[in-house]
Amino acid sequence: MIGRISGPLMAAVVFVALCWAMLGLPAEPAGLGREAFGALERSGVTNPVTAVLLNYRAYDTLLELAVLVLAAVGVWSLRTMPASQFEQRCDPLLAALLRFLLPLLLVTGGYLLWIGSSAPGGAFQGGALFGGALVLMLLGGQVSRRALARTSLLRAGLWFGLLLFCGVGLTMTFGGRAFLEYPPERAGTLILLIECGATLSIGMILAALFFGGRPEAGSGKSHEGEQ
Amino acid sequence: MSGTPHLLFLFTGALLFALGLRGVFSTAPPLRRIIALNVMSSGVFLVFIALAAAAEGGRPDPVPQAMVLTGIVVAVCANGLALALTGARRSLDGTGEEEGP
Amino acid sequence: MSGDLVMALLVLLPLAGAITAFSFPRWGPRIGCGVALLTLALAVRAALDVLRQSPLTGSLGGWAVPLGIRLRVDGLSAILLLLLAIVGLFISIYSLQALGPARGTRGRAARYYWPLWLFLLAALNGMFLSADLFNLYVTLELSGLSAVALVALAGTKTALDSALRYLFVSLSGSLLYLMGVALLYGACGTLDFELLAGQVTGPPGWTAMALMTAGLMMKGALFPLHFWLPPAHSSAPAPVSAALSALVVKGSLYILLRLWFESAGGGLTQGTLQLLGACGAAAILWGSLQALVQERLKLLVAYSTVAQLGYLYLFFPLAAGGGVRVWTGGLIFLSAHAFAKAAMFLSAGNIIKAAGHDRINDLGGITRVLPVSVFTIGLAGISLVGLPPSAGFVGKWLLLGAGLQQGQWWWVATIIVGSMLSAAYMVRLLSHAFIRDGTATAWKAVSPGFEWSALAMAVAAFLLGFTAKLFESLLQGVVWIGGAQ
Repeated sequence: MIGRISGPLMAAVVFVALCWAMLGLPAEPAGLGREAFGALERSGVTNPVTAVLLNYRAYDTLLELAVLVLAAVGVWSLRTMPASQFEQRCDPLLAALLRFLLPLLLVTGGYLLWIGSSAPGGAFQGGALFGGALVLMLLGGQVSRRALARTSLLRAGLWFGLLLFCGVGLTMTFGGRAFLEYPPERAGTLILLIECGATLSIGMILAALFFGGRPEAGSGKSHEGEQ
Repeated sequence: MSGTPHLLFLFTGALLFALGLRGVFSTAPPLRRIIALNVMSSGVFLVFIALAAAAEGGRPDPVPQAMVLTGIVVAVCANGLALALTGARRSLDGTGEEEGP
Repeated sequence: MSGDLVMALLVLLPLAGAITAFSFPRWGPRIGCGVALLTLALAVRAALDVLRQSPLTGSLGGWAVPLGIRLRVDGLSAILLLLLAIVGLFISIYSLQALGPARGTRGRAARYYWPLWLFLLAALNGMFLSADLFNLYVTLELSGLSAVALVALAGTKTALDSALRYLFVSLSGSLLYLMGVALLYGACGTLDFELLAGQVTGPPGWTAMALMTAGLMMKGALFPLHFWLPPAHSSAPAPVSAALSALVVKGSLYILLRLWFESAGGGLTQGTLQLLGACGAAAILWGSLQALVQERLKLLVAYSTVAQLGYLYLFFPLAAGGGVRVWTGGLIFLSAHAFAKAAMFLSAGNIIKAAGHDRINDLGGITRVLPVSVFTIGLAGISLVGLPPSAGFVGKWLLLGAGLQQGQWWWVATIIVGSMLSAAYMVRLLSHAFIRDGTATAWKAVSPGFEWSALAMAVAAFLLGFTAKLFESLLQGVVWIGGAQ
């Protein structure tokens, strides 16, 4: 009986404690909004959230990309792609829908990536759409085992965004600046550059997480003989 | 943003958090516990967004919004790993105690 | 090379290494050890900077706090960065051969070990460098997920089960921490440790501290939230167990220390500190008793970790009134434990390789086959029990001194009882190893590299006690370690 009430009891205690704490919060929390908006002209973008993500706190985003790559590596280390993923029947209705939907997803993803500097959008949003497109391709039976055999290329796609991000950040130090410090006049371009690489990788990683395992060995061509 | 809606979102976030916490530490099957983790993280994100919306000055605070975006991505990664781990474990159920794939 | 770049490279190098090891698995071992060496060089450079001048700080992206993220190396971080670099290097050297060849289906573990291990190194470096609450959350997740993947590498049912359990604990811990961050941000409007100092008060502050402490206790296997540790250790590959016990759990402890003493310093009551100390006492007693009755070597070492982490808990009530000496004692003890525990797990790995099992009762006569490994375990045991002149002794001695001086004699008693229990289980273990039993026939030899890397760490645990002055000078510069003595 103790076991049965201890769980809900703990949850109740946590809930009450949280509510008590929240009542003690200021009605209009100060936050960092003022500083964020104040520095916006120097950030290279006009969307404040993108400024925070890719400029003021870009290091967090870099580490977050690292978490993404790590998750893909971790999933690959656990198992190969379940065979059931390839046994999707190619439903003609789905195929017709995909012919229309996939280009739309790609264009919308690209749009979100581009518009992120001035309106809600950005690398993660665009990347999510690309990832969704890849998942739809798998579900519609459009992805064959042979297509996934070029594992070295796949791997490169997974980490490309992270590497680009680190590279851009380090390059800034050659100019005498701090790591990840963009010169204000080039900040917008640099952010877009980083986001392009990130979008590609994010899409592929999200799809890899869905695919659920590493692709099996290609028929002979892979130079390591096994991934 | 006036006080009452802001508190409502905060309390809802707290409720989701508590419910999710209960779910993770129960003896449910792994998939349900993974969902409970998602519920928990939704609670935390809701709290952040409520703080962002209630921020002084009238414009929503972008920093918690960015934190939520990062948090969502990290949660997706955790989900992916958890699900792959569950799947790998399940695929071992029929076989002996040996190496997985 | 500027201090900023050193700090950035501490994180970027392992990340780049992880990516390369992922794409070129055959180069994994070389990349891993190379990165470990470079990380050591960077850590030494950072520590020297701290000793000579003052703490390194750098605002990333050129944005000053509170808007940007600050990286910082002060005395406390420098000690932990060095510890991470040295132990990491030895574990990498051990892993060079420990996992077998990277080819074929059996080579999966070897292929993925290096990228995952390098991600873990990057995450822990990032953790010790960061002075920002949310950034710490991301590093906590990075380290937690990579540790889980490493535990699951073995691929057996028990490994996957314990990895899954560890994953749930780790993720809930992170979410508890994150909720605390939300409350602190709402109450104080900043995410930087130094700016938070003195502002953590009131219901939001206390609740946040409670949540974050609970979350970090879970991730750091601090009693009573330690239940995931023993199974995870016993089914993980030997170098992974070493990394988990010696390094990963120290990360959460480090964050706890910073939170309690740097940020929330003023608002702590004796009551809460004593409560933490009580958990520590319980950890010491429970862990040591469990270790006494274990039949498997790896489980014994795992419960020993639970017990030893309890000493680090005792540090909380003692540190509040202590000053630099108490901190020196605590950190020496932490470092000694890291070295000794890593050495023990690696030696246990050797024993398992040689004997094919780790049942303590059946290990009679192993001294003939693996004398170096048994000697390593003995040496590490001396430090764990706290016999002079090992570093474990120095650490405990300083903690005892603080306890007596502050009149908190109940912790003194706990430390003494705990040491006796540690001696008991170490003696039990070693007595079996030294029995000249005839059952040891089919045991394989183990290549010397394995044994010597483990021995090196045990020797380090031994000799570290002589470097107490170094610890003290590093910690002198840490502003918030106040108090006389």
